[in-house]
Amino acid sequence: MSRVVRNRPNVAGALAGWIWLAVIIGPIYYILVTSLRPQADYFGESPLSWPSHPTLAAYGRVLDNGFAGFFLNSVTVTAATVALTLAVSIMAAYVITHGRGRFGREVFRLALLGIAIPIQAAIIPVYYLIVQLGLYDSLAALILPSVAFAIPITLLILTNFLRDVPRSLFESMRLDGAGEWTILLRLVLPMSRPALAAVGVYNALQVWNGFLFPLVLTQSADTRVLPLSLWSFKGEFAIDVPAVLAAVVLSVLPMLAAYVLTRRQLVSGMTAGFGR
Amino acid sequence: MTRAVRATGPSGWFAAPAVLLFGVFAIVPLFGVAALSFAHWDGLGPISWAGLDNYRAAAADPDTRTAVWLTAKLTVVSVLFQAPVSLLLGVFLAGRQRYRAVLGALFFLPLLFSSAAVALTFVALLDPNFGAGTALGIPALSRDWLGDPQLAFYVVVFVIGWSFIPFHTLIYQAGARQIPAEIYEASRMDGAGAVAQFFRITLPLLKYTIVTSTTLMTVGSLTYFDLIFVLTGGGPGNATRVLPLDMYLTGFRSYEMGQASVIALVLVVVGLVIALGLNRITGASRMESEMEGS
Repeated sequence: MSRVVRNRPNVAGALAGWIWLAVIIGPIYYILVTSLRPQADYFGESPLSWPSHPTLAAYGRVLDNGFAGFFLNSVTVTAATVALTLAVSIMAAYVITHGRGRFGREVFRLALLGIAIPIQAAIIPVYYLIVQLGLYDSLAALILPSVAFAIPITLLILTNFLRDVPRSLFESMRLDGAGEWTILLRLVLPMSRPALAAVGVYNALQVWNGFLFPLVLTQSADTRVLPLSLWSFKGEFAIDVPAVLAAVVLSVLPMLAAYVLTRRQLVSGMTAGFGR
Repeated sequence: MTRAVRATGPSGWFAAPAVLLFGVFAIVPLFGVAALSFAHWDGLGPISWAGLDNYRAAAADPDTRTAVWLTAKLTVVSVLFQAPVSLLLGVFLAGRQRYRAVLGALFFLPLLFSSAAVALTFVALLDPNFGAGTALGIPALSRDWLGDPQLAFYVVVFVIGWSFIPFHTLIYQAGARQIPAEIYEASRMDGAGAVAQFFRITLPLLKYTIVTSTTLMTVGSLTYFDLIFVLTGGGPGNATRVLPLDMYLTGFRSYEMGQASVIALVLVVVGLVIALGLNRITGASRMESEMEGS
């Protein structure tokens, strides 16, 4: 991947690069120092200075306000959504790339269209369905629609990947008398591990940060997920800005960890569907 | 291999769970939104036939009219801001600089933040009394950024850019890395300067990347919701009340689900038109023809 594209300095690019770095790092630095500032100092000290009495008290105030429960809800919804999405998508991708007849191609066409359906456009009927199914204000109300809207991009990426697996591998397994389930579990699944990891991390990021489904489909604190809790903290901690920003830091930490651990998969997953 | 010969392979039933989930929660709602646009529904009670009432009401609603105009304006201004910056940064990051990897890793950070987190950060950062503007001691910076209708719109554009430019930078970086070095070598032999190379080689060869990225930006502009919702709530007044926000407020705050469905339908149609254009241009259709040949 590290082809030498050009070996002369790119002055305009470098200038833009450094300016943009400041634009990105500035707000992130601000979040950090403010979350470490005692609330009393927030109104007096200069907003961009390092706090003169750094403290984790703001984090304590956030944790005392049910943050752990919201965190757990987010973990549950994200893990269930990603697992379910990958399971149903790998099966469908296998049909699309190696299935009999034209059904697979129709499914694929549908998925391509599905990429363009904005969640906003479907939210009112989704709300109606969830209420009718008796799932309103439950974690399942978030998981099912999240899976549905993650399927198109997941199918696209897995299909792209599976099409490159040599057909001879499938044929030889069939000659050995393996059934389709065996092939799925013993060949397709292990072969697509990199693609599954990439699109899995990508989906996790989307679901973890999703706001509209929780806003419309849940209500009580028992089912509150992190992005929604940030919004409610904004109301609860109206003038306690350090606490609001401490909640922001806590909500980003898991994704930061995932990013550090799976940077390559995440970046390839993000560009796999589009980078051509 | 013709279809007649290929009798092996998984049965279509393997695709059933995905089709079922996607069908029930994505495709059925699309038809549902079309049906609801002809209905009166407050979100709780019975649903009744409305004919074209909702269409008339939506067309006459000043908020919705403003929202259509605002969404178009936001799309254009956002693309004009994001596309050049993403292109420049992406091409720059594709280069050989030693600190490229570090910069690339840092540039990616905003993608990890939820829209709610980004919005809350900028609400605090732009606070007229205690925000960062007061730190730098420049009076022009400590104004009421989110309280002034004119300013708020551009703050929204900037914050959206902060959030989404990293993604498009990645796309451009991937695209720029696929340009063979030999092409640059050859043009350098011909004495082309860096600027000439950029306009004669980089830009033309990134044509598809530019189309893909710009299309995603445009479709994305239809869906900016959570960021603006938390940042301004559509205000001040309705200065940042874009279509998705208008739809949400009409449906879930004013309990006019039918009228909100009309707005949702507009989003779907525009989104699908753009996406079909994307498919046509970027070779999803090429992918299908490859599959025909398999």
